[in-house]
Amino acid sequence: MLKDVTFGQYYPGNSLLHKTDPRIKMIILIEYLVIVLAATTEIAALVSLSFTLFLITVSGIRFSVLIKSVKPLIFVLVFTAVINLFFTKADTRPLVDFYFITIYKEGIKTAVMMLLRLVSLVLGTSVLISFTTSPLELTDAIESLLSPLKAIKVPVHEFAMMMSIALRFIPTLIEETNKIISAQKARCADFESGNILKRVKSLIPILIPLFVSSI
Amino acid sequence: MTALELKNISVIYGENTPFRKAALNNINVSFEKGSITGIIGHTGSGKSTLASLTNGLLKPTEGEILLYGENIWDKPKEMVKVRSRVGLVFQYPEYQLFDETVESDIAFGPKNIGLSEEEIKERVRLASEFCGLTQKELRRSPFELSGGQKRRAAIAGVIAMMPEVLVLDEPAAGLDPKGKEEILSGLVEYKNAYGATLLIISHSMEDIARYADNILVMKQGEVYMQGNVEEIFMQAEKLFDANLDVPQITKLFIELKKRNLCRSNDVYTVGYAKKEIEKLIKDSENA
Repeated sequence: MLKDVTFGQYYPGNSLLHKTDPRIKMIILIEYLVIVLAATTEIAALVSLSFTLFLITVSGIRFSVLIKSVKPLIFVLVFTAVINLFFTKADTRPLVDFYFITIYKEGIKTAVMMLLRLVSLVLGTSVLISFTTSPLELTDAIESLLSPLKAIKVPVHEFAMMMSIALRFIPTLIEETNKIISAQKARCADFESGNILKRVKSLIPILIPLFVSSI
Repeated sequence: MTALELKNISVIYGENTPFRKAALNNINVSFEKGSITGIIGHTGSGKSTLASLTNGLLKPTEGEILLYGENIWDKPKEMVKVRSRVGLVFQYPEYQLFDETVESDIAFGPKNIGLSEEEIKERVRLASEFCGLTQKELRRSPFELSGGQKRRAAIAGVIAMMPEVLVLDEPAAGLDPKGKEEILSGLVEYKNAYGATLLIISHSMEDIARYADNILVMKQGEVYMQGNVEEIFMQAEKLFDANLDVPQITKLFIELKKRNLCRSNDVYTVGYAKKEIEKLIKDSENA
């Protein structure tokens, strides 16, 4: 159930991206996000796409892992693409005009661009930060980058500390959850069938022990 | 009759990732109906992995698991049925308690199998009897109970499914001697009453010596030794090699034998040791 969570998962490796100073990676990430979001023309999109592919190649992360990190977002991706496809209006002649469905050339263009943009955002962030930077390195980088703020009395160290504690407990919480899921499954609990209401109800035997054990 | 059989089982975690690890390597074991098998092994030897294989929580990378001759993975859709037949109690099972009362928590398993109201009630009653829970405790919230009572409630939750094979991972860990004794003898009672098969993972050689018929020794994901209690504890040296131990009383008798004070080397329970010592005293008085 939780095995698809790749957020914050570090894949040890020896690539150039693994060895790069995490502070530089953070700065590249910010620039990267700006490029991806600002790219509105075809050429800009191509440039940002090739940069994404470049990062993926350099990181040496396996293709299957990348697919897995995009998988949970499939619904969002399809939804955005469909909305953009059908609801983009333009002055040109529509490609398809069938009762209430009208599709313009611009609609297809925006849909593809949005799709590329979202996938790039996820992959770029994962490859630059999550997969190639250990949580410890990451918090150190954040503390170091934010340290100028100390001058105006921002509690940078505490901030970094809070972040590292939060990151530290994600795997623990996942492990705990898996343990409880297994125990309830051993008592014939069924989490996978039934309608939405039944499925939500079936989570109670997981959530209550999880809350009890974490307070 | 063989209740449960593991055939050429291998389990590999995280295949095709940097975290690849073989947890079990070509395991072949079978468990006779009505027997109690103690599973011992150093930390990380694959005992818990073996436990989660038995009820289909974990799919083996290779090999098959036969429950009364049927491969449990033949019909993955009927896994719930397998899980009701092979009960699995995890280590520190207290964390699985969630319901408002102990009674409804124990009823969780039988309810999931789809039994009738009366049947569920009857099973809750039986299971709580085997685990030594009183009527008063049944009506309380599981979170108000003491550690030992929580453990009983959790084990009762699995026994209520009336499993034919019951696998327990350290059922008595961290309990006081009396609580330990009560829980383990309750399990034996259940086994005797319903002809169930028991697999008990334990670090306590004393408990194993006392309750088990057979012992399975695991080492680094492989079966290291296998046999009845006498056979295994007689080979103390081999157990020490696997970072394991023999019961303390056995250790004492090994020392006595080294000093030529006695001849027997199959002493592994306190009761038997007592008889043996009385015999020795009598012999020396006669001599």
